[in-house]
Amino acid sequence: MSTAEPDARTQPVASKLRPWGLAHHFESLSQQQDASYFGMWIFLVQEIMFFGGLFTAYIVYRTANPTAFALGSDSLDLTLGAVNTAVLIGSSLTMALAVWAAQTGRRRTIVVFIILTILLGGVFLGIKTVEYGHKWHEHHVPGPSFHWDGPEARGVQMFFNLYFAMTGLHALHMVVGMAILAAVAVWAWRGAFTPGNHNLVEGLGLYWHFVDIVWIFLFPLLYLLGRHAG
Amino acid sequence: MSERHHVTGLAVYLAVFLALMVFTAVTVWASFVHLGPFNDLVAMAIAFTKATLVVLFFMQVRHASRMAKITVVAGFLWLAILFGITLTDYFSRGFLG
Repeated sequence: MSTAEPDARTQPVASKLRPWGLAHHFESLSQQQDASYFGMWIFLVQEIMFFGGLFTAYIVYRTANPTAFALGSDSLDLTLGAVNTAVLIGSSLTMALAVWAAQTGRRRTIVVFIILTILLGGVFLGIKTVEYGHKWHEHHVPGPSFHWDGPEARGVQMFFNLYFAMTGLHALHMVVGMAILAAVAVWAWRGAFTPGNHNLVEGLGLYWHFVDIVWIFLFPLLYLLGRHAG
Repeated sequence: MSERHHVTGLAVYLAVFLALMVFTAVTVWASFVHLGPFNDLVAMAIAFTKATLVVLFFMQVRHASRMAKITVVAGFLWLAILFGITLTDYFSRGFLG
């Protein structure tokens, strides 16, 4: 039997007309992409409120303990914090370029930039681990073994409660993001994305940039507030 | 094709990246200058500027549909309401004596 003419019983007419990757409930790839982008932002608005609770706690406790928060902040390693800020901004650039590669149909380039994003994320988490290690050895981790040589120990412990909660939740978001990035890199390598259909790459980009924005606020609030007080 | 599917050029991404790096350096430098209560103001102004650059360019909200733009603004507006109403409570408790 000739394969030139598709069998009408197994090949619906619509399948010849609809672009590859277009889900049945959308009119066009453009509408599908708009819906995906909008949906991802709805998720991120929820994330804004999720982190917003911690930022609110930070404002309330810092207002009540301004000196203690400055002292706690002063004990953090500013150099490591600043380097990590640069690393994370760099990972946002590589993520943006991965989305650009998807928009312009460069399959290998998507994979290269996603791998670079994962590597920079790994550098960030590595530096964060070193910082956590320092705090562990200095007995600055809140709990029974917390120890503070100086005034306002209770307020400083509250600073470190918020420091570990906020940076920990942020780091958890990065771990999740890196795992999904790895999966998307494999799909990208297999050619799952086209200029009109790369919503997964774009949505993941939005997520990664959101995590970057959280850090853009965490860095001055946690590392910089005590510098001028010393 | 709606306007959102516009592809941002590489030069724009690199320029935004460099701006973010410069702002990071400026905010570290400014934290060592004694400005009293204005230290926080400067640090937050720089953080808002950096976040705005990321939202508009990296997240491509400047080319987004009007509905997506409203969603983004609503998210930050609700965050402001969360901060505002919580703080009016905590800051006004002393008024009652």
